[in-house]
Amino acid sequence: MLKQIEGSHAVAHVVAQCRPHVISAYPITPQTHIVEELADIVGAGQLDAEFVNVESEFSAASVVLGASAAGARAYTATSSQGLLLMSEVIYCIAGMRLPIVLTCANRAISAPLSIWNDQQDSMAVRDAGWIQLHAEDNQEASDLHIQAFKIAEQTFLPVMVCMDGFILTHAFEPVDIPEQKEVDDFLPAFKPRHIVDPRWPRGIGLFADPRFYMETRYILHRALEKSEDTIKEVSSEFAKAFGRESGGFIKTYKLEEAEVVVISMGSVVGTIKELIDQLEEKGKKVGLLQICSYRPFPRKEVYNALKDKMNIVVLEKCISLGRGGILASDIRWSFPRAEKKDRNISSFVAGLGGRNISIDDLRYMVEKVEKEPVEFEFLGLREELIAEKDM
Amino acid sequence: MREQSKYLEGVDKKDLFASGHRACGGCGQALAARLVADAAGENTIACVATGCLEVFSSPYPDPSWRIPFLHSLFENAAAVASGVDAAYKALKKGPVNIIAQGGDGSTADIGFQSISGMLERGHNVLYICYDNEAYMNTGVQRSSFTPYGARTTTTPTGNTTRKKNMPMLAADHGIPYVATATVDDFRDLQVKIRKALTIEGPKYVHILAPCPLGWGHHGELTVEICRLAKDTGLFPVYEIIDGKVTNVRKIPVKVPVEEYLKPQGRFKHLFKKGVPSKEVDEIQEIANQNIERFNL
Repeated sequence: MLKQIEGSHAVAHVVAQCRPHVISAYPITPQTHIVEELADIVGAGQLDAEFVNVESEFSAASVVLGASAAGARAYTATSSQGLLLMSEVIYCIAGMRLPIVLTCANRAISAPLSIWNDQQDSMAVRDAGWIQLHAEDNQEASDLHIQAFKIAEQTFLPVMVCMDGFILTHAFEPVDIPEQKEVDDFLPAFKPRHIVDPRWPRGIGLFADPRFYMETRYILHRALEKSEDTIKEVSSEFAKAFGRESGGFIKTYKLEEAEVVVISMGSVVGTIKELIDQLEEKGKKVGLLQICSYRPFPRKEVYNALKDKMNIVVLEKCISLGRGGILASDIRWSFPRAEKKDRNISSFVAGLGGRNISIDDLRYMVEKVEKEPVEFEFLGLREELIAEKDM
Repeated sequence: MREQSKYLEGVDKKDLFASGHRACGGCGQALAARLVADAAGENTIACVATGCLEVFSSPYPDPSWRIPFLHSLFENAAAVASGVDAAYKALKKGPVNIIAQGGDGSTADIGFQSISGMLERGHNVLYICYDNEAYMNTGVQRSSFTPYGARTTTTPTGNTTRKKNMPMLAADHGIPYVATATVDDFRDLQVKIRKALTIEGPKYVHILAPCPLGWGHHGELTVEICRLAKDTGLFPVYEIIDGKVTNVRKIPVKVPVEEYLKPQGRFKHLFKKGVPSKEVDEIQEIANQNIERFNL
């Protein structure tokens, strides 16, 4: 049923429909509305779950780790510094193959402190062994959570659903919240693989000396690569069951005829689509490739979709300081070396710390790469605040 | 005595923490871990912090645990145990004994916040601190449990601060049961574990576990060193039930701290040519204060 609802509340309701046994979280803006709503749902007796209010994100992640290892379906949510504080546990959860679902309400990283949106937080743990899915809007954010539990529990990989802080979490949009029965039909009960239980004593989290460690990383890497099939299957099962497309690996918009292709992920793709429509009216052929699954990275899909495209521009809300665009690096790596010579892949970083990305900014970007490729550029910088002596 | 026997019914040497692990000879922690596992019995889940115990007992593929064992990090054993507790409640499983275990570093320092959270939230978890008074797993560095005067690799001229009083800090969370114990008195230690496990809610048991390597004493002296720690007054043994200190172990014959310090290499620098330095007086003062405070 379509409901005018805040993004955070939509996600909370859908997470509750997935019937997690244990929820643990620590408040951080802009994640708060998600966990407040879940606390209300549990408090009202609408969800039979343990809601553990902890003293830090570090413990929130540790609580869901323990709960998952004991056989519970477990959920947490965080943002920014909270995710960084969790990071040690985040790596453990993946290494221990615990199918936990986490919502990252994407936010900038200190210093300076900024509560506003970008994607530097989830990007900081991109190599931890989690599946990372990026939502375009609140419908997709909600839908991805239903898919996330199923993907996690089929692959024994944790799943992070990324949704842009404030832009999505605090936005009211119509969202189709499914019926409980629809979710129950789609998402089977959690069948854990290894648990701590006195009936079957076993050790979880033993240490591995150099004879054993490397294989665990290889297996985890391969499992992430293989999760590609599960992500695609679950996405198409979802489309069949709920009648709408959500998630998957990549999505495209007016790509076929496009002479310039913009690549991005998250909520900014809405603005990009708007620009594409405007430019189309003026006879310009611009298309979009949207990354939905950032990890595992859809290298083959990107290549197949773009193998005939010669002018590509990557727009991202994160940066590898001292290196440049992170998504741009992934995209450049998606093409065989021999093919790179005449293909232009430009890289723009934008929207850090909540800086608005306007349609004019995007138009400037597209027009610039139409003339010449851009190795790397910050979009929308306020030059008057920058002095050479500070660098 | 009769009350103690009641708690020990059914406890015997089952080796739920099996031999063949890789602890040093005379390791107080290995001995304590076995006593704890046997006292707790099969229906127990051990959530263990990174540290000596974890390293010497859980190498893949041959761990020493015959009860379920869960380890992830150094500072989160109490939070992981909280998660296991929450899962058991949510899944309506149990009852089960959930025991979080760590050394003094993971208890008093890096894991302090996580333990405080677990105690404050009221989880049905027993936390056990194996106190060997320094970071032994990484090579004997100072922790906030390192006693005054002790030499470690990061306090080469002797530690200048007094030991953090963790049992009192735990008790001030308003939890129902706190106890201290040592590895020389098996019976007392196991009674306290059993007693703790009969109580619903968070429990804290602090066990003095000498480390021959870090303390610089012969392995066969582990038990004797514990006795001296108690009889000097340096390690008071007591329980705190619902906030009240009780069942304090009385010292039969008071022993000067010198007798505790001299067999240990970590205090050797306090006796130049056999003459005690002024630090020894300070340590005697600490013992005297304990004797007065707890009426030992």
